[in-house]
Amino acid sequence: MKKVYLYKKFERFWHWSQTLLITVLIFTGFEIHGTTNIIGYESAVNLHNIAAWAFLVLIVFAIFWHVTTDEWRQYMPTLNNMKAQLDYYLIGIFNNAPHPVKKRTLSKLNPLQRVTYFALKVIIIPAMVISGLLYMYYNDAFIIFEIENLDWIAWVHTLGAYLLLTFLIVHIYLITTGHTLTSNLSAMVTGWETVDDDEVKELVEEAIEETGLKIKVVNDNPEEHQKLKNLVVKAMKETEDKVNDDKLKGQKEKKNKKNKK
Amino acid sequence: MKRAIILFLAIVLSANLIYSADTLPDFPLVNYTLKINRNEKPSVKHSKFEILQQPFENAHELTKACLSCHTERDKEIMATSHWNWERSEQMKGKGVVPLGKKNILNNFCIGTMSNEKTCTRCHIGYGWEDKNFDFSDPLNIDCVVCHDQTATYLKEKGQAGYPKESVDLNYVAQNVGPPTRNNCGICHFWGGGGNNVKHGDLEISMENPGRSIDVHMDIEGENMSCVECHKTEKHNITGKLYALSSEDKNRTYCIDCHTEKPHKDRILNEHIVRIACQTCHIPVYAKQNATKMIWDWSTAGRLDDNGNPMHESDADGNHNYLSIKGNFVYDDHVIPEYMWFNGTANHYLMGDKIESVPLQMNTLYGKYNDRDSRKNGDAISKIWPVKVHRGRQIYDTVYKTLIQPKLWSPEKGQGAYWKDFDWDIASELGMEYVGLQYSGHYDFVETEMYWPLNHMVSPADQSLKCIDCHQREHSRLHALTDFYLPGRDFSPVAETAGVSLILASLIGVAFHAFCRIFLKSKCDN
Repeated sequence: MKKVYLYKKFERFWHWSQTLLITVLIFTGFEIHGTTNIIGYESAVNLHNIAAWAFLVLIVFAIFWHVTTDEWRQYMPTLNNMKAQLDYYLIGIFNNAPHPVKKRTLSKLNPLQRVTYFALKVIIIPAMVISGLLYMYYNDAFIIFEIENLDWIAWVHTLGAYLLLTFLIVHIYLITTGHTLTSNLSAMVTGWETVDDDEVKELVEEAIEETGLKIKVVNDNPEEHQKLKNLVVKAMKETEDKVNDDKLKGQKEKKNKKNKK
Repeated sequence: MKRAIILFLAIVLSANLIYSADTLPDFPLVNYTLKINRNEKPSVKHSKFEILQQPFENAHELTKACLSCHTERDKEIMATSHWNWERSEQMKGKGVVPLGKKNILNNFCIGTMSNEKTCTRCHIGYGWEDKNFDFSDPLNIDCVVCHDQTATYLKEKGQAGYPKESVDLNYVAQNVGPPTRNNCGICHFWGGGGNNVKHGDLEISMENPGRSIDVHMDIEGENMSCVECHKTEKHNITGKLYALSSEDKNRTYCIDCHTEKPHKDRILNEHIVRIACQTCHIPVYAKQNATKMIWDWSTAGRLDDNGNPMHESDADGNHNYLSIKGNFVYDDHVIPEYMWFNGTANHYLMGDKIESVPLQMNTLYGKYNDRDSRKNGDAISKIWPVKVHRGRQIYDTVYKTLIQPKLWSPEKGQGAYWKDFDWDIASELGMEYVGLQYSGHYDFVETEMYWPLNHMVSPADQSLKCIDCHQREHSRLHALTDFYLPGRDFSPVAETAGVSLILASLIGVAFHAFCRIFLKSKCDN
């Protein structure tokens, strides 16, 4: 068993703050919607609005982080391996087949995650923010924009809430489909994800290729650590020839330049 | 971890700051000096004036004495609707109309015309018996009905506004002052022929109300008189009955003192844009004594075995039958009905054709989507609490007009319904008096009259809560369906789609999990 560092501090903070806020928003939102009557309408409205503003502040931070770290590229949808990933969830997972898409620092999301999170970030969350703000400032919208009906604002907001709740259900379930039941969860808590032995070599090779050994690989066990170190050295030697190749060299220099920037 | 928690709290805190950025002081109050900060000692003792010590032969002489010092006040009085019982009002589609008792009917005692001598017991004058009353004679003004501080001044029944013989005019004259709740209430509590019959939110309990009946007039609180809200200059009293005014002018507003942002909470203040203050702050009316909700004139005229008029009462002791008036339904602690209202109204005027049933005696204008009327200069429509009084009253089946019957006369045999119980003669005499045709054929028609509520304001802790309106099943606003109300409304399409989505995901997840457990254990074996 080896571990790779997948989720940086801010990422984890952002994820769990978002979890808390979305939970509060869903809980209070359905109270405001009239579905439940648990904490009282007034408290629900106040909590909902405070959580909404906190969520907006968090979104501003998150956008800043994603842009400055280039992490936003992780969410660009791709069709590569899409079929393999679907096949895995629909067939392979029941036969103990390996995950078709390996997690790595520069590509930690599988194609299904990419398209789902992309839709969340580009469609659902913005729809919720815009409809939410119109809802919150409806009287001003009524006067300024001459919006004369709250109906569709409310419908969009409600439908978005149902979609988010659906996402939450599936998301919570899918985190149990990692290497072990809790490995995905603990990765999001600690940042480190456990990966298979035979994945490591592959990982390291790719890491060397892509980043010039930017990945940190550690292990608690000194013996294991040494073994891993040897593995890394071996992998480096094995890839030496490739590195000497002009094409790859050029790529490496390009990456290095970029990193220096 | 610690830093993460601190950062998260910082975000929530800043969110809270954004959310409550325009939070206001707890209880803003303007244009009002609390009683505790006032010096209200009178500067004049009327008992020291010689002219008021003379024995008054009659009420006119008392008025003469008043006017000998308070010159010019008579002209102020004569310009008021308290004197004229009418005022010029702009009515949509009808232009400027002198709106008043001469051309408006109601669904209580119907109208004053031909019945003046009894109705004018509540006129601020002496001698209005019929059309010949001289509105230009200052000595016909009754000063003391509004200014008596002794509560001993009472007007006689059926005597066109003259005081009872038992009244000591000297005593009254020497004890005058600004109008008290008693002065206003002696007429305004008793409209429609009994306490709280008409308004529902104005009645004798408000002479000495507790906090929960009216927070402003609470005798142990601010103990305000009527004229502290209905501010008066030159005898022109601000505020006028919404049920009898078609133009949105000369109003008394809550915001005059409480400002446009009276709550600490921004969202509550937002409600003011479309919700009248009264809606939340007058959660029930007729808080002590019952008010009349239904009046069915069609059953009037049933006499007892000896041929005498009779009365029957309900379990609470309120009349539910009078031979002279028909059947009634009274109720107390009534939950208002809620309506959109922009401050303007239409009125059934005498002679108008009845076009729809129930006939609306006064149509309150306003709706949720009121852009058109706002473009024509009307105020934005707000949700108001309204007392709806439902009646069945006499109309002409041929001319399709409401009938003004002659109801009152001092003696039998003069054609008044309350003495002779003959609708035909009463209608003929009444309609002749107002100058309208009567075909000789009558029946009874359902009518509704709308009384926007303004009084009996509850303390904040007894006002409506969010959930009273924002709920699925028993929202107070269930009748107002022309807008989306959060908590009450939903789109069946969005709801079905959303719930199906949730169910599908739950079933999918459960099925997937089941397969994983079941098939994996099979594989492992």
